[in-house]
Amino acid sequence: MSALRILVPVKRVIDYAVKPRVNKAQTGVETAGVKHSMNPFDELSIEESVRIREKKRAPGGVEDICAISAGPAKSVDILRTAMAMGADRAIHVETADGDEGALEPLTVAKMLRAVVDKEKSNLVILGKQSIDDDAAQTGQMLAGLLGWPQATQASRVEFKGDSIEVTKEVDGGVETVRAKLPMVITTDLRLNEPRYASLPNIMKAKKKPLVKMSLSDLGVANERKLKIIKVTEPAPRQGGGKVEDVDGMISKLKELGAL
Amino acid sequence: MEMTGFTENQLTVREAVGAVCSRFPNTYWQERDQTEQDPKDFHAAMAKDGWLGIALPVRLGGSGLGISEATMMMQTITESGAGMAGAQAIHANVYATQPLAKLGTQEQLESTIPNIISGRWRTCFGVTEPNTGLDTLRLRTVAKKQDDGSYSVTGQKIWITCAQVARKMILLARTTPLEEVKKPSEGLSLFCIDLDRDVPGLDMRKIKKMGGRAIDANEVFFDNYKIPANTLVGNENQGFKIIIHGMNAERCLLAGEALGLGYAALKRASEYARDRVVFQRPIGMNQGIAHPLADAYMKLEAAKLATYHAARLYDESQEDKSIRQDTIGVAANSAKYLAGEAAFTACERAVMTHGGMGYAMEYDVERWLRDCLVPRIAPVSREMIMNYISEKVLQLPRSY
Repeated sequence: MSALRILVPVKRVIDYAVKPRVNKAQTGVETAGVKHSMNPFDELSIEESVRIREKKRAPGGVEDICAISAGPAKSVDILRTAMAMGADRAIHVETADGDEGALEPLTVAKMLRAVVDKEKSNLVILGKQSIDDDAAQTGQMLAGLLGWPQATQASRVEFKGDSIEVTKEVDGGVETVRAKLPMVITTDLRLNEPRYASLPNIMKAKKKPLVKMSLSDLGVANERKLKIIKVTEPAPRQGGGKVEDVDGMISKLKELGAL
Repeated sequence: MEMTGFTENQLTVREAVGAVCSRFPNTYWQERDQTEQDPKDFHAAMAKDGWLGIALPVRLGGSGLGISEATMMMQTITESGAGMAGAQAIHANVYATQPLAKLGTQEQLESTIPNIISGRWRTCFGVTEPNTGLDTLRLRTVAKKQDDGSYSVTGQKIWITCAQVARKMILLARTTPLEEVKKPSEGLSLFCIDLDRDVPGLDMRKIKKMGGRAIDANEVFFDNYKIPANTLVGNENQGFKIIIHGMNAERCLLAGEALGLGYAALKRASEYARDRVVFQRPIGMNQGIAHPLADAYMKLEAAKLATYHAARLYDESQEDKSIRQDTIGVAANSAKYLAGEAAFTACERAVMTHGGMGYAMEYDVERWLRDCLVPRIAPVSREMIMNYISEKVLQLPRSY
């Protein structure tokens, strides 16, 4: 197996602990003044890449771990986090702040294809979805564009000879697939437990190379195929009712047609 | 807390330290407080991620950041709910190592600092004495030079935090009797010693106390306790000069710790005031509840500005020699005073906002109220700060 050149796409999203609010114009959620962090699935991708290197799991070794993010200027923060966790370098594809800069999954996939060519990556590890749009499309589209094998929602990644065996979490159980490099893997929550960036590594990350480029540098245009018509809050939950005892519960369930 | 104006480094520290602290919930600290158990795993977690070396030089394995960042770290710790117990578990390792890093011999540095950063050893700071209090220059612990160059220490220290778990002590002791020196600030020396409980002449006793109960505070007794010659830090008889500089840094850290307590309490109080319904409306709708909290917020914000101003001055003075020590002293003392008072106001009002529930351990605010007396009292009393400001800024005659 040739040495790994891992590309790890990461995205800056509203922090998982924040309760998002729909903006007044109902065109999206309020992002101004809201805490943002790295998409949790992307932390898993970085962690897995770094562990493959640290544990010397890949027979050919790991030559490069490059994090990439497309987004507004603030996306640099999460690229620094990625480097503090162990990525060697980072690429920031800067886009406009707010709605006009938003990219659809296909645009991101095209951009990543261009970066894969440019950086000669042979493994792309990315989150199975980002927790803002929950589209869960980019990894699959990228594999399609590249014509590479893909293993989605990975909960385990093992190196066996010259191939990689990936355990995927699917409905009702797990599925194991095997493929040779180059390939695309998307990560799921049980893959690993991401580390906290240590202080010395945070300081080292400041000195690691971070390259800025634009979509046009990569020959990609931000074409939108979708138009968001309206964003609304989910209907408020109806309050539950209290019953006296088990018999009361059973008759209530019957009344509601649940039994 | 309003976050504008902080540096990128400070924000990074806040986020990363907050992530470590989030693994130690309030129930962890409640339990440690009740059982008076040292939060060893918290200290270990902070050490593992390199936080104890935040303000130590890079060449010694630290990260070379300043007091501005260390203050933010301490604030983040107390604010996480850990209270003073979390802060005191690591506090001395951060600041008492500063004079050592500056003036220690190559041998002292290499044998000590990496072990403290990694968390293998812990250190404590041995200055305060029962019969001397704030009158540090009259401290009575004596390190008597022996014929072979070693020293024999005799005397008593008090309020020594973490002495039970510390392997090292940064000790201030008199090496020349007060009668034989020209100025009382001379004749004191600084040592970095082992606290070896198997060697005769060392004894310590835990002090039962009001807050921060997870952390031991002690009386330490030396009776002809032998320490080798190579434990001396810097020049003999010049110890006071060495530590006076570190005192301003310590005041900044304490101010940060106070702020964290205050903000934690205020957050909890406003949450409770929003949620708690009495007479069919949230109690926070009553101005009798809301206004004291609004007032506490403004006091905290003002103290925050004073604190990070002092920390910035301290850091800038490392390069910019035009910044006078007096200026830093005034800023650091003012910050410690204001932050201590603001924290007390916020903690006390948080308990009162909770009513009876505030008195229950489960709601944490009583613990923070007990804790917040520490930065009001230590490392220097409010009265001594006012004496200092009267004398140095207002040029009033000294009263003592």
